[in-house]
Amino acid sequence: MPHRLDVLVCSGAACVSNHTADVRDALQSAIEAHGLSTEVRLVETGCMGPCELGPILLVYPEGALYIRVTPDDANEIVEEHFLKGRPVQRLLWEDPAARRIAEEKKQVAFFERQEKVVLSNCGTIDPEDLQEYIATGGYEALGLALTERQPEELIQIVLDSKLRGRGGAGFPTGLKWQLAARAEGDEKYIVCNGDEGDPGAFMDRALLEGDPHAVIEGMTIAAYAIGAAKGFIYVRAEYPLAIRRLEIAIDQARASGLLGEDILETGFAFDVEIRIGAGAFVCGEETALIASIEGQRGMPRTRPPYPSDRGVFGQPTLINNVETWGNIRHIVLRGADWFRSIGTESSPGTKVFALSGKITNTGIVEVPMGTTLRELIDEIGGGIPDGKALKAVQTGGPSGGCIPAQHIDTPIDYESLKELGAFMGSGGVIVLDEDDCMVGIAKYFLEFSCDESCGKCVPCRVGTRTMLSILERITDGRGTLGDLEQLQMLADTIRSTSLCGLGQAAPSPVLSTMKHFREEYEEHVQTATCSAKRCKALIRYEIDRAACKACDLCRKACPVEAIEGTPGEPPYTIHESVCIQCGRCFDVCPFDAVRIESGKKKQNEVEG
Amino acid sequence: MSKVKISTLWFSGCAGCHMSLLDIDEVLIELAGKIELCNSPITDLKVFPEGGVDVTLIEGAVANEEHLHLVKEAREKSKILISFGDCAVTGNVPGLRNGIPTDKLIEDIYGKGTTTNGELPYDVVPHLLDRVRPVHEVVPVEYFLHGCPPPAGVIAKAILALLDGKEPELVGEDLKFG
Amino acid sequence: METITLTIDGRTITAAPGQSILEVAEANGIRIPTLCHLEGLSDVGACRLCIVEVAGQLVPSCTTQAVDGADIKTQTDTIKVHRRMILELLFAEGNHVCSFCASSGGCELQDLACELEMHSVTVPYSYPRNRIDATHPWFLIDRDRCVLCGRCVRTCAEVEGAHTWGFAERGSSARVITDLAADWGEAESCTSCGKCVEVCPTGAIVLKGASNAEMRKDSDLVARLTERRDHE
Repeated sequence: MPHRLDVLVCSGAACVSNHTADVRDALQSAIEAHGLSTEVRLVETGCMGPCELGPILLVYPEGALYIRVTPDDANEIVEEHFLKGRPVQRLLWEDPAARRIAEEKKQVAFFERQEKVVLSNCGTIDPEDLQEYIATGGYEALGLALTERQPEELIQIVLDSKLRGRGGAGFPTGLKWQLAARAEGDEKYIVCNGDEGDPGAFMDRALLEGDPHAVIEGMTIAAYAIGAAKGFIYVRAEYPLAIRRLEIAIDQARASGLLGEDILETGFAFDVEIRIGAGAFVCGEETALIASIEGQRGMPRTRPPYPSDRGVFGQPTLINNVETWGNIRHIVLRGADWFRSIGTESSPGTKVFALSGKITNTGIVEVPMGTTLRELIDEIGGGIPDGKALKAVQTGGPSGGCIPAQHIDTPIDYESLKELGAFMGSGGVIVLDEDDCMVGIAKYFLEFSCDESCGKCVPCRVGTRTMLSILERITDGRGTLGDLEQLQMLADTIRSTSLCGLGQAAPSPVLSTMKHFREEYEEHVQTATCSAKRCKALIRYEIDRAACKACDLCRKACPVEAIEGTPGEPPYTIHESVCIQCGRCFDVCPFDAVRIESGKKKQNEVEG
Repeated sequence: MSKVKISTLWFSGCAGCHMSLLDIDEVLIELAGKIELCNSPITDLKVFPEGGVDVTLIEGAVANEEHLHLVKEAREKSKILISFGDCAVTGNVPGLRNGIPTDKLIEDIYGKGTTTNGELPYDVVPHLLDRVRPVHEVVPVEYFLHGCPPPAGVIAKAILALLDGKEPELVGEDLKFG
Repeated sequence: METITLTIDGRTITAAPGQSILEVAEANGIRIPTLCHLEGLSDVGACRLCIVEVAGQLVPSCTTQAVDGADIKTQTDTIKVHRRMILELLFAEGNHVCSFCASSGGCELQDLACELEMHSVTVPYSYPRNRIDATHPWFLIDRDRCVLCGRCVRTCAEVEGAHTWGFAERGSSARVITDLAADWGEAESCTSCGKCVEVCPTGAIVLKGASNAEMRKDSDLVARLTERRDHE
């Protein structure tokens, strides 16, 4: 007998961190206690998207979407909804745009405005159940490819689809396939680049956790197309859930004849192995990743030769990003024309983005290429919280740049972002509001690249470090206008002469903010102030004597005993020489009596 | 023809560059007729002449508050500033203290390994800067004489060129550090 | 024999296929500055000093093959600016104090400052403070004078076959290590052959007891060894 209700429990990494397992267990107990075990089925799925709102439950057939569910809510949900058919209103997602509680998932703008292709199974199927994948059309494309398509035909389909690499650079995927197919070698390899490392990027994790078979299927089709027998999925060790679900999926695929010696009894042999990365960002660079697979230190080498000629163990290798692999089965099944009907002419298809920063709906979304930033941020993302104004959007992580608010109507594709000095990257979108300091943001990303430089080539290893020290000088209020010129010169050398993409792109966050927000740099160097009040050396905390109620909270919160006062005897005072500008007092004060003032603490002695 | 006014300053360095300056042999005689040596450890004159000088050679790195004051004054009062020797050009040996906190340095030298009964000398000598810096990190510099010390020939070549109103042609081995 | 024809700095040059741009240039007396490159070792393109311009792109000449019809420029103003900046970065990264260095007078970095006319280092110095490892009975390494060219690593792996030297850490913490970051004197794989001393372009790896400007290196050693080995 089929179940009356299917309860999907989001088990993406964010919900797992929010103790979704406790919610699941509480629900399971409540369901059993009410004798509903045969009527209600719990299914753990991959990421549903709105990570900020987890743990999330999706109840079918109604499509009721519960957010921020706690184990204490389990009984109420079971009694009211599962037994009496009355969804628990207080737990349903109230869509701020619609200004009403959404009874159904599809009423929520966050979902309605998306077009899920790659993520079509994420959040709807149990990623640990091969049958569910097959039920949604899984491995149909592989069957078609192996039985009714010649390898050349498959390459042509991918070429015709104009699919471009989703790892960031947007290289035509079909061309890569063609090059790898034509290259001569004893053996050929397929590699899935799952070394997702940009700050604020978690798209690949969502797909690997939510629909691992889709990636395996894409790789297997490519293996047949180029004549490879062995594949590697390179995933970073920080993604344990993705690794576990991949392991399960690989075992299932082998057991069902979807991987191994005789796939679908066609005689075609292909198998994959997981390689776990140790967390070096540079291993996302393909030549470094290949070195790491081989057991070498993850350092990039000069291209050419490209991996399609000489990759893993010196053999022709086809390496694509997780999301790229996720597109393949859909293209093979539905055709190149269908794929090109989505998105823009130069950038067809959809793109998965990870929204984070100052945005209401933090999480994973998938939209057609060409969607504007405004649609992405305001409509899907729910806008900026607390009524703040958008300042910029950072895309492409440490290799990308900041797009200022006035360009919010730019359609997102590879070319338009590049024109603005930004970069598509793998899909991280960090929203910045009026409270963010653009110099500080640039410094943050540069520090990341600097730490993650492999150390091989001089411009990247030393150049980024030098740029960072200059930026530190600027955010400390010790900068000069000459520093801006020097940043530009260093950036030119690093871009033009670094060995790999990490170094070549490392100056981008600085260059794009210097281009679009030069006045903020000038403010820091000319007046030693940070109007966003974010640069610690350029602000001081003060207590408003009139507003202080001597509640003692700030003094207790201060980690360095910089605040003096006696409870009940206002006002309190902050000793500037001791204060480390951590902002704890500001956060805890219930009376808004702590204020952040502009102004440098003390002049450095040595400036000439 | 009025003589070209030259000053030389001695910051954090060993005086080796000044020794090398005195080592330019017969060129000294030529220079004597053409230049007026103003404030310099050689003349023991302490202040810049009224109206400033044409050229100032700075030996040594900027290491204490006096140097900081003087290097700015030198920039104001000199048409041409020359970093004279590796300490002025790169920080050289004095720069090696960078990275050691100044307080610890003072404590180790004057507190522990002391002949001054542990008394700190700050009431009589200028305070150390937190970091030793090459001259051009503090003020703009026109020319750099490399070497520890710069070879006498390079010094002579540079000064004679300037006296002729030409750019000193410092190339190849002239630019050798150490 | 098959040949290719290309242009370097306006000169038409004929060469055998399969050579790097650097090899072709050197064979024709065209000087391109290098640091990580050493005859007899594989090329890695790490120092970026040997960049040249090909079709508007800057590429390292040591790891880029010379191809027929290529128009290569080795000394444009842009190249000179970048080379000097890279050299300044190298000087700023370490404590390359020539005045008390064993290798002074025989140092490739010191020579590059003359060749590339580096009058001063315009970027801020970083003044690292690495411990000198003098635990080996005959040799020592002063990592503050290391330029991370990797010649020691490649020589030890490709010529001696001991694999004692390797890289550790990332970014500005990157450094060469012996064995698994053991003190050199404790590194069991080290054969004490001393080839790393000879190939090190600076005063980072030197003979113990060599005082200021006393260290002279036989940087051609590896080229001679590999040549003889090829003739076996």
